[in-house]
Amino acid sequence: MNAQGMVIVGAGEAGARAALTLRSLGWTGAITLVGDESRPPYERPPLSKRHLVAEEELPPSVIADDRTLRDSGIERIGGEAAVRIDRENHLVELAGGRKLPYERLLLATGARPRQLSAEGTGAGELLYLRRFEDAERLRGRLRPRARAVIIGGGFIGLETAASAAARGCAVTLLEAAPRLLTRGVPQAIAERVERLHRQAGVEVRLGAAVAAIDRAGDALAIRLADGTELAADVALAGIGAVPETALAASCGLELDNGVKADARLATSDPDIYAAGDCCSFPHPLYGGRRIRLEAWRNAKDQGAHAAAAMLGSDEPYAVLPWFWSDQYDQTLLVAGLAEPSDTVVLRDLGEAGRLYFHLGADGRLSAVSGMGPSEAIAKPFRQAELLAEKRAAPPAEQLADPRIKLKTWLSE
Amino acid sequence: MSDPIWVEVCDAEDIEEEDVVRFDYGDRTFAVYRTDKGDYYATDGYCTHEKFHLSNGLVMGSVIECPKHNGRFDIPTGAAKRAPVCVDLTTYPVKLDADKVYIRIPS
Ligand SMILES: Cc1cc2nc3c(=O)[nH]c(=O)nc-3n(C[C@H](O)[C@H](O)[C@H](O)COP(=O)(O)OP(=O)(O)OC[C@H]3O[C@@H](n4cnc5c(N)ncnc54)[C@H](O)[C@@H]3O)c2cc1C
Ligand code: FES
Repeated sequence: MNAQGMVIVGAGEAGARAALTLRSLGWTGAITLVGDESRPPYERPPLSKRHLVAEEELPPSVIADDRTLRDSGIERIGGEAAVRIDRENHLVELAGGRKLPYERLLLATGARPRQLSAEGTGAGELLYLRRFEDAERLRGRLRPRARAVIIGGGFIGLETAASAAARGCAVTLLEAAPRLLTRGVPQAIAERVERLHRQAGVEVRLGAAVAAIDRAGDALAIRLADGTELAADVALAGIGAVPETALAASCGLELDNGVKADARLATSDPDIYAAGDCCSFPHPLYGGRRIRLEAWRNAKDQGAHAAAAMLGSDEPYAVLPWFWSDQYDQTLLVAGLAEPSDTVVLRDLGEAGRLYFHLGADGRLSAVSGMGPSEAIAKPFRQAELLAEKRAAPPAEQLADPRIKLKTWLSE
Repeated sequence: MSDPIWVEVCDAEDIEEEDVVRFDYGDRTFAVYRTDKGDYYATDGYCTHEKFHLSNGLVMGSVIECPKHNGRFDIPTGAAKRAPVCVDLTTYPVKLDADKVYIRIPS
């Protein structure tokens, strides 16, 4: 069984964790980690945070350097894409022609930034943020007093706006919807985030759709649907991500908002698995609802989970979705899947921030979200998250009372 | 560097069972723990993943979980236990004397 080895396509968070986990779970055969980026696997979350704020280039936060990989007997092929999968003969073909035989294959291909469609001669000048090189290019352009226009009021756009403001840029943030953070965050948090940005001097424009982007000398002229024109020395679009499914599609694997995986993370081919941003899966904590996450912890945990599944584990992946975002000195956190129909209960922690408990129709916690100073909000949020993980059903009026310790319900 | 010295941290009762406190000394910061078994330990105060105070984390038995990205360390040995942390924490000797907690730090 060890003859062919395990092959992982995509050397990001999920791929790297899967490779290391395969080894730590006792797989003794070959492990090959193929990635089209040339550097060793690194963490993406800092790219919109400390990398952009820094005056100088910072080295990437490496997940596993080549020595660690070598010590674990993992072969890394960098800077080369996998271009074809021959399912019948269990072969992955690389761009350079090499064919890797696999016993089991993991697709951990991630996602790429959604491209903004706008008219004009400057649309091609828009920057996007996904890779280390993208962050470096952007960082170089965030000079003091530079006019920075950020398109998209989601996490990437907001973090980039915060970083640009910290660098002394004149920042305008455009969001087409009537509010920020339209996905998975209660209105109350979205409003606090908006206030935070305005206080930092960011001009936030809601309901602002981009119509055209033209070159104007060294700058860009960004025209909005209402006719307003904005000048930008640097412009970034953060309008979501598209799962990277080309390879899966080309070999006929089922797709459904990404590579379609089952509860164990197997695809429609039992020898091919998927993990991270590229795949959708049914979540057992939410009645088997099919979801796809773009979140760091999910990628890390699914990478490890898929490794176990590749070695024969039948466990379903049932980790509570979890996301954080740092903006200025504040951290915003969401755990679980909030429904618009949930009752939202606020627990005001004063200086330490605010927690929002999302109670479903059955009175159980479906999600929690929170926002506060980074160091202060972390621990209370973690306790709240553990309650949501248990799907606990504490009475709403007690949840709202910060004098009652969250630990009370944890030990029940 | 001169010899390590014992420094008083707090009263033994000031740390609840299964809890951790932050202790700053000069320009350094430490995390001082009491485990579920009632034993006291000390480690560096910052997580080895990013600069985040472990004293804001949760103690679970004899494990500390960093609240920032939920990396975990074994408290007695400082060993990194769960991703994303991969570098161990430095540990420091602890003693109890007349119901006070002391840690020994290189001065
Ligand atoms: C700027 C930024 C900030 C973020 N901040 C946060 C945050 O604060 N909190 C949070 O929870 N999450 C955050 N995220 C999301 C998190 O980083 C992702 O969810 C995570 O990286 C997904 O991991 P992955 O392994 O699925 O995909 P990726 O990390 O994208 O890795 C996939 C890899 O596969 C490669 N690849 C694709 N196709 C092929 C092929 N055919 N052959 C070879 N290689 C291929 C890609 O080039 C890439 O290197 C952020 C993301 C970005 C971009
Ligand atoms: S800072 Fe501790 S796990 Fe990241």
